[in-house]
Amino acid sequence: MIKNILALGDAAIYCDFGSEVNQEINSRVINYFNQISKLNELKKIEGITNLTPSYNKLIISFDLSITSYLKVRNFISDLKIISHQKISHQSIKIPVCSEGNFALDFERITKITNQSKEQILDLFYQQEYFCYMTGFIAGMPFLGDINEKIRCQRLETPRVNVPEGSVGITEQFTNIYTSESPGGWNIIGNTPLKIFNKLDETKPNLINPGDKITFYPITKTQYDNWK
Amino acid sequence: MTIGNKNIYFEVCRPGTNTTIQDKGRNHLYHLGITVSGAVDQKNFKLSNLILKNNIDEAVIEFAFQGPLLKLYNGKVAACISGDVIFDIIRNNSNLEKGNCYQIYTLNQGDQIDIKSTKDSLYGYLAIKDGLNFKKVWNSCSINTKAGIGPNNGKKFSIGEKIFIKNEFSDSLKVRQLRYKNSREKIIRVIKGTNFNFFSEKSKKIFFAEPFKITNLVDRMGVRLSGPELENIVNTNIKSEGIVKGTIQVPANGNPIIMLADHGTIGGYPKIATVISADLDNLAQLMPNSEVTFKEVNLEEAEELYKKYLSEIDRYAEILNEFN
Repeated sequence: MIKNILALGDAAIYCDFGSEVNQEINSRVINYFNQISKLNELKKIEGITNLTPSYNKLIISFDLSITSYLKVRNFISDLKIISHQKISHQSIKIPVCSEGNFALDFERITKITNQSKEQILDLFYQQEYFCYMTGFIAGMPFLGDINEKIRCQRLETPRVNVPEGSVGITEQFTNIYTSESPGGWNIIGNTPLKIFNKLDETKPNLINPGDKITFYPITKTQYDNWK
Repeated sequence: MTIGNKNIYFEVCRPGTNTTIQDKGRNHLYHLGITVSGAVDQKNFKLSNLILKNNIDEAVIEFAFQGPLLKLYNGKVAACISGDVIFDIIRNNSNLEKGNCYQIYTLNQGDQIDIKSTKDSLYGYLAIKDGLNFKKVWNSCSINTKAGIGPNNGKKFSIGEKIFIKNEFSDSLKVRQLRYKNSREKIIRVIKGTNFNFFSEKSKKIFFAEPFKITNLVDRMGVRLSGPELENIVNTNIKSEGIVKGTIQVPANGNPIIMLADHGTIGGYPKIATVISADLDNLAQLMPNSEVTFKEVNLEEAEELYKKYLSEIDRYAEILNEFN
């Protein structure tokens, strides 16, 4: 199922599941991630320090003072992965306000897509999205796929500071900035929901890979009164 | 020997440019988007602890360029600074002692450490005997300022804030100093990246032949380089995927960026190479305007070099153990 295994430096292994982005390939990545995580917790494998699943890759970082590329590679190659494992998912609804200063990039998106702000939002809210991965910054979910009519490239010059809670779109994906961060996605609104909670050490992320997400509009007043 | 905590702390009288608490870092969280953090120069961080006979991974104070001015309250502590650092000890009676790195100092109530700056390097470390008194978050005391995780509410220190110390130090202390010289090697060894073939033949050659300059854009997240532009002939973006410390990404402008301790967990730029583990500390300490060249090594060589790196730390641990 892994198409290719490479070294990512001397302390990580790069597992390539393909080049396309779709739920099937991503589910395979998550399946591997879940099973290796479990074996790691059960201490069936030594020296693994981090696992990073993404759309179609899985990076396995290890402690070079404990293990090595060859050892981890052999472990991965010999792994009997149970396929067709159901990946548990939650359905989560995210409120978004697109009024005033929250909607930073509609002028741009309108120009690129030839859709009005209302049309863009209608198409955006119609869809249920799949969480492919979380990362870049703590808890940031990468969701897809958005309607083809509202797809656009990232900003030519990324913003130095995208406000916390911003909801962005780029190509077939939508994301949520869990904290203030530099970023180049087209911002269409802002959510008052806390997506990353650093105080919850067991489950800090509201949205996890495999989850199904829908967005719904709220007014500025609702946003301000959100607790 | 140490006695119970009496709420001993440093008051931050001047915060310095980027003063945080760091240890070996935070693992098993990349999949949540939480990066490793930890001391950028792991070797110097470990040496400061070894000199004090601390647990080797005890949390320490990390500073960059200009360091903090710290005043001690409510007790006596032993401290050691590692790196190439210019600092003074200002005694309570206003006597001033020029500080030496890799040496233990006993500080009493009212004494101050004035860490003026790092010298021809970026990062320095201040370790305290028995360590600092902060709660671990996800099994680490490292401050991750991007996500606001760790002690001091995940922020770098500001004026007036307190850095709490675990234990009062009550031994009389022999002078204990380690002779150590940091090498500032300008040849950085790398393993070819997973997107090496995205670059033109000419750029591949240039990457291993010509020097690159370290720009002013250096921080705990990464190091931006300038120099010959690397020409990407396939695609200047990839579908975002995991990256690690040492990964060298090349965005559309052709200038490489090397990832360090606070890097984003995933990245969407092609990876031309990854710096080997043994060279990361050295790389992170190189000053803006330094010129570096990249040298390719294979996996076996990288592993051998890392063994050497570890055995050097072990050797210092042994030497220090024989001391007293």
